Amino acid sequence: MSETHAHSAAYVRREMLPQEAPPALETGAVKWLRENLFSSWLNGILTVVSLAFIWLVLSSILPWVVQGIWNAESLSECREIRDQLYGEGHEVACWAVLGDRWRQLLFGFYPPEHYWRVVLALVVFLAAIAPVLFESLPRKMLILTPLAPFIIFFLLWGGTIWGPLAVLLGFVIGWAIFTYGSPVVGNLGGTVLAILVPILYWLFIAGPIASGLGAILPIGLEFVASDEFGGFMLSFVIGIAGIVLSLPIGIFLALGRQSDLFIINKFSVIFIEVIRGVPLIVWLFTASLLLNYFLPPGTNFDLMLRVIIMVTLFSSAYIAEVIRGGLAALPRGQYEGADSLGLDYWQSMRLIILPQALKISIPGIVSTFIGLFKDTTLVVFIGLLDPIGFSNAIRASTEWNGIYWELFIFIGLCFFVCCFGMSRYSQYLERKLRTDHR
Amino acid sequence: MATMTDPPSEGFRISQLIYDTRYRSITIQVVAFILIMAGLVWLVDNTIHNLSVLGKDFNFGFLGQRSGYDINQRLVEYSNNSTHGRAALVGILNTLLVAVLGCITATVLGVIAGVLRLSNNWVISKLMTVYVEGFRNIPLLLWIIVIFAVMTEGTPQPRDFREGGTASMIAFESVAVSNRGIYIPNIVFTRSLGGNETAEVDGATQVVPAAAPVDWFLVLALIVGGVFVARFIERKATATQEATGVRPPGTFWKKLGVIVLPTLILFVILGATLDVPRIGGFNFTGGIQLRNSLIALWFALSLYTGAFIAEIVRGGILAVSKGQTEAAFALGLRPSRTMNLVILPQAMRVIIPPLISQYLNLTKNSSLAIAVGYMDVRSTLGGITINQTGRELEGMLLLGLFYLVTSLVISGALNLYNNSVKLKER
Repeated sequence: MSETHAHSAAYVRREMLPQEAPPALETGAVKWLRENLFSSWLNGILTVVSLAFIWLVLSSILPWVVQGIWNAESLSECREIRDQLYGEGHEVACWAVLGDRWRQLLFGFYPPEHYWRVVLALVVFLAAIAPVLFESLPRKMLILTPLAPFIIFFLLWGGTIWGPLAVLLGFVIGWAIFTYGSPVVGNLGGTVLAILVPILYWLFIAGPIASGLGAILPIGLEFVASDEFGGFMLSFVIGIAGIVLSLPIGIFLALGRQSDLFIINKFSVIFIEVIRGVPLIVWLFTASLLLNYFLPPGTNFDLMLRVIIMVTLFSSAYIAEVIRGGLAALPRGQYEGADSLGLDYWQSMRLIILPQALKISIPGIVSTFIGLFKDTTLVVFIGLLDPIGFSNAIRASTEWNGIYWELFIFIGLCFFVCCFGMSRYSQYLERKLRTDHR
Repeated sequence: MATMTDPPSEGFRISQLIYDTRYRSITIQVVAFILIMAGLVWLVDNTIHNLSVLGKDFNFGFLGQRSGYDINQRLVEYSNNSTHGRAALVGILNTLLVAVLGCITATVLGVIAGVLRLSNNWVISKLMTVYVEGFRNIPLLLWIIVIFAVMTEGTPQPRDFREGGTASMIAFESVAVSNRGIYIPNIVFTRSLGGNETAEVDGATQVVPAAAPVDWFLVLALIVGGVFVARFIERKATATQEATGVRPPGTFWKKLGVIVLPTLILFVILGATLDVPRIGGFNFTGGIQLRNSLIALWFALSLYTGAFIAEIVRGGILAVSKGQTEAAFALGLRPSRTMNLVILPQAMRVIIPPLISQYLNLTKNSSLAIAVGYMDVRSTLGGITINQTGRELEGMLLLGLFYLVTSLVISGALNLYNNSVKLKER
C-alpha cells in the first residue's frame, strides 16, 4: 500500500519549510492583552469600566497628593500658600500637618529628650524578634530574646534598673529550682516548686530587694508614666504585649478545651465562649469601669496595664480557637503514635502534637495578631491617646482645625505597612514550613 | 494476657493520687476546681465589699425608671419619658438593624469581590486585590471615621439643593445625598389599614398617605408566603424533571410570579405611593432620612467584612479541585453554569463555617457605633443609661449578656444550616 502510494504521489516534500513567526495576535503584548483583558465581550467591557474607574480615582487624588504643601505652620497658612501657587479653589493636600505633629502621632506626650529610649526599645525588640522569625540568622542572637522584655520595659518606663532585674531574678530562681531541684524531689515536685517559689518571691521579696538596692545604688533612667505614652508607640506597646502574652495563654486554653478532664475542659469552653461572644469594646469598658469592683479595695493600677490584660485575654480566646482547629486537624494516628512511644501527656504535646498543630494554624494565628494590632485603635474610647485619638486632638487645635484626610492617610498607611508585613511573613513561613511534596 | 500476674493487692496509698494515672486526673481536677472556685469567691467577695463601701446595691430596678434622654434613630416608639428598659430595646433594635443590613451587603460585596479576584481579567483581579488588602490591613475604626468624614465633609448642605443651588438630587429627583444624611423615598399608603388622616390642601380635602406597622406586616406575610409557595413549585418541578427528564417550562417565572404578584396587588389595594423627600427651607421634608451615623457604620462594616468574605469565597472556590471545572466544561456547561451548578455548591461547604464567624464579627463590630454616635445598644444601655444611673455593674452585665446571647443564637442557627448542607459521609 505504502509503496504504491509513494509511486503514485505527485509531490513529496523533501525539506522542511522554515518556521514562521507566530501570528501577531498570538504573541507578545497583543496576546497578553487578548488573553488577560479582552478575552470576551464581557471581559472587555469590565476592563474598560475598571480602567475608567481607576483613571477617575487617580486623576482626582494624585494631583491632590503630589501638589501637597509641606511647609506651613497651620491650615490657614497652608491655604494661603495654595492660593498663591495654584490659584483659589484648587484643593491640594496639606502635608505640613505631619511635619508639625509627627512627634505626637508617633510618641504621644513622651518627653522629647527621651525619644531615643523609644527608638532603642524598638531596635531591641527587632533584634530580639529577628532570630525567632528568620532561621538563617545566627542562633547566638537568641540570647537577647528572653532578656528583651525586661530591657524594653526599663527603656520605656524608666525608673530604677533594679525593678526589672528583681523580676528577672524570679525567673532565674524558677529555672534553677526546676533544673537542680527536679532530680532531688522528682519531676512533679520540681515543677510545682519552680512555679510556687518565684510567685512567693515576687509577692514578698522582690519589692523590698528592688527598693533596697535602688536606695543603695540609684542606677536608672528618668521615670515616664504610662499616661504620657501615646500615638503609634502606644499601639505598638499594647499590640506587642498582647501578641507575646496571648500566644502561650491561647495554647493552654486550646489544650484545655481538647482535654479529657471534665472540669478543665468546661472551664476552658466557658472562658473562650464568653470572651469571644462579647465585643472588645465592652471588655475595654469593663476594664476601665468595673475592674475596681473586682479587686480588693484600694487597688488601683494603670489603665494601660488593664487594657493590656483585657486585650491579651481577648485575643488568647481567639488564638485558642485557631489552635484547637489545628489540633483537631491532626490525624488521630499522631496522638496514638505518641502514646505508643510511651511519651507522657506533656512530652507528646511538646514533641509531637503542638509542633504540627501550630504549623497548621500559622495563618489563623497571624491573622488573629493582625486583628489584635488593628483593635488597639479601640483604646481611644476609654481615653488613651492612640493615633486616631491624636488625629481628633490635632483637629481640635486652632491651627489645624478642619484637617481630615492627610491624618487619616498617614495613620492608614502606617497600619497598612505593619499589617501587610505580618500577613506577608505568614505566607513566607507557610511556604517554608510546607513539608509535603507538591 | 494469660501470663499476666494478679495486680498487687496493696491498699490505697496517698502517693497513688499523684503517680497512678487512674487517680491523677481526679487529683488534677479537684485541685483545679478548688483554685477556680477560690478565684471566683475572691472576685465576688471583693465586689460585694466594694459595692457596700460605695453604698450601692445590686438590682435591675433602674430599667423601669424614666430615661430622660432622646434617641434620634428609633425603630419603635420612644420618647425621653420612656423607661431605660425601652431605651435599651431601641438600642438593641438599632444594633440588630445595622448588623442585618451589614451582613446582607457584606455577603453580596464579598461574593462578587471573591469571584472577581479569581477572574482571568488582569485589571479586575488586581483591582479586587487592592480592595481586599486595603480593607483587611487597615483598622475598621479608621474606615468608619473616614466614611463618616466623607459623608459630613464631602457632601453638600441641604440648602444647596434649593432652586439655583449647587447640588441636585439623583435618581429622578428622588434621592438626596446631603451632609445631614441620605434622603430616600418612602413607600406610604393612601388606604392604610392603620387609618389615614385628611388635610385641607388648596380648599380640597385630601387624604394624607401614611404607613402603619400592620401594612408592612401584611406585605412581609405575603412575601414569606410567596417564598413558601415558590419552594413548593420548585420541588414539584424538580420531581417532574427527575421523573420525565423534562423541566416544566416557565418554572422560574412562576416562582417569581407567586412572590411578586400578590405583593403588587396588595400595594394597589392599599394605594401605595412614593413619599419623595422635598427641600423646604433649610432641610428636607418627607422620605426617609438615613443618618450619616447609620450610613457610615453600615458602609464601613459592609466594606470591611466584605473584604474578609471575599477571601473566604476565594479560598472556598480554590478548594474545589480543578478537575471539577474541567469535567463540567467537558460536559459542555457554560462557564456561568459551571460556577453556579458545580463549583459554588461544593465551595459552599468550605465557605459557610468561616462565613458564620464573619457574621458574628460584624455583629460585634457594630459596637464601634460609638465612633460616629449611632445609638446602638452599647450607646444606650451601656453608655447614657450607665452614666445617668451609675449602675455600671448591672448595665455592663446586661450588655455583655445581650452580645453573648446574640452570638450564641446566630452561631447556633447558622450551624444548623451548615449541618444541612454539609457533605453527608457514611
